[in-house]
Amino acid sequence: MSAPSTGGASRDGYGSALLRLSADPRVVVLEADLGKSTKSCLFRAEHPERTVSLGIAEQNMMLVAAGMASSGKVPFASTFAIFTERAFEQVRNGISRPGLAVHICGSHGGIHTGTDGSSAQSIEDLAIYRTIPGLTVITPCDDLSAEELTVQLLDHGNASYTRTARNKTPRMYDSETVKSLEIGKGSLLREGGDIAIVACGVMVSEAMEAAELLEGEGISARVIDMHTIKPLDSGILDDARVNCRGIVTAEDHSVIGGLGSAVAEYLATKGGFPLRMVGVNDRFGESGASSELMRHMGLTRNEIIAQAREIINSV
Amino acid sequence: MGGDAGRRNLSIPELQELSKDCRKHIVKMIHNAGAGHPGGSLSAIDIIAALYGTRLRFKTSDPDWEDRDRFVMSKGHASPAVYSILHEMGFLNENDLSTFRALGSVCQGHVDMKWTDGVDFSAGSLGMGLSFGLGCALAARMDSSSRETWVMVGDGEIQEGQIWEALMAADFHSVSGLKLIVDRNRIQNDDFVNVQMEVGDVASKIEAFGWSVREINGHDMEEIVEALEWASNENSGPSAIVAHTVKGKGVSFMEDNPSFHGKAPNDQELERALEELS
Ligand SMILES: Cc1ncc(C[n+]2csc(CCOP(=O)(O)OP(=O)(O)O)c2C)c(N)n1
Repeated sequence: MSAPSTGGASRDGYGSALLRLSADPRVVVLEADLGKSTKSCLFRAEHPERTVSLGIAEQNMMLVAAGMASSGKVPFASTFAIFTERAFEQVRNGISRPGLAVHICGSHGGIHTGTDGSSAQSIEDLAIYRTIPGLTVITPCDDLSAEELTVQLLDHGNASYTRTARNKTPRMYDSETVKSLEIGKGSLLREGGDIAIVACGVMVSEAMEAAELLEGEGISARVIDMHTIKPLDSGILDDARVNCRGIVTAEDHSVIGGLGSAVAEYLATKGGFPLRMVGVNDRFGESGASSELMRHMGLTRNEIIAQAREIINSV
Repeated sequence: MGGDAGRRNLSIPELQELSKDCRKHIVKMIHNAGAGHPGGSLSAIDIIAALYGTRLRFKTSDPDWEDRDRFVMSKGHASPAVYSILHEMGFLNENDLSTFRALGSVCQGHVDMKWTDGVDFSAGSLGMGLSFGLGCALAARMDSSSRETWVMVGDGEIQEGQIWEALMAADFHSVSGLKLIVDRNRIQNDDFVNVQMEVGDVASKIEAFGWSVREINGHDMEEIVEALEWASNENSGPSAIVAHTVKGKGVSFMEDNPSFHGKAPNDQELERALEELS
């Protein structure tokens, strides 16, 4: 893989995807006064007649989207990840239970959001949405993959939640490699035979850096971009179980209920496998610059490296 | 519009007969299941009978016909009222009604669009239906379709904040295809609304949110039919009917009785109810 270039934030990819999707007249966009932040504003500028502004009223937005989906539209509704959570029961009862293909995007996910502080830093969204039957849960790592995966939602057929990030992250894909992505299939970004680092969202680039540094220590680490948390790609985990000595998960999310938990649940059903989780350790975030805060909370390549070493030293 | 897609245009006596038949289905269904919500089904059924008998355009042979009018029953616990009318309209058979609340039944405890032909919304969690109806009505407008969306809510239900989010949004977007009916039966789950948390002058409040509003006696069939026609023709924005009703209407010992909000009649009670409804 070529050296990563700097792209936009994954939320920019979401905005670009909406523009591409606008060619389909069924696509409608719903906003709750954060369209400039989630980037649905790009769609609004071109297609105001298919954009519905619902004010700061997330519960209403979710059900308006459901009603539109029941009437043949393909709704994309977005706000901050944390504020989608206010409407959790609406998503559960009003969208997923009747099987309506509403696509929710929660932007500004995770600690990475930065200086706004803990009220804006969703660290439990992946966990709660993962519990809803039939809801696809996605968290892309860069702008290009966010765009690609969002475009794929058009005919996905069931409801989805996509978490995007506020800040720019290094690109893990280019315009060609991104085309190989598929919802529900983990993406192998780097080969390696000792450790598998399974990461999602903004932690994927940290995982790549960690793998590079581990290489220098003689530890060969593969990196999997697990952009889809649900359905979880068990095949790519099986391959890691057979060919590696342990797995390190990495996510900008609580270690309770997110990617690490999903992987742990799967491994447990297979009789267990050495696993370490890097994530938010059951605490709230706080204000701070994004990168500073990620270090403060232990969401770094160094933490991934430390966990990888522990596995190598203990098995 | 061909086939059975036109309005039914039932007469007042026919509608009265229809709602009486529905009342019998309601009490029987709930007795048979040993559970269910008679009070709010009986308060709403006159309005629902008039809605299906005079306004809604749908095709029994094609329940998913995209240009059908929508009926969003937001107070989904009053499902027996919906199943009884769907039976009378030919969507459900007698046997379906007798399986109400049983494992695998098309008549789920609360109305559910995934399980029942003719049901447009999956309810059960109060406060969500008006938003859903707003989505249906917005989609209809984008499609330049004249299909209407009718939403029914309970007066206890409007304690939910989401109802007021939807009222505000419908006015802002001036969605005239959206019609709301409030079943103002003055009783909710535990007790009377004025004991639990009084909602007050509902009509004025909804009017203050920019809607056109009418108040009616929700058991006077002529008034109901006239109000439904008014709402149907109201094109300046969303319209609402606040229907003053009696919870448990038609069965003396259920009328105005909070204990029959969510309780099935026993054998003797069913007998008495059917006698009164015959
Ligand atoms: C969100 C939510 N909270 C609580 C309930 C439980 N519940 C079912 S019916 C009911 C009372 C509803 O009262 P109202 O809206 O007045 O309906 P009606 O009297 O017409 O039956 C309650 C509290 C529910 N279904 N949904």
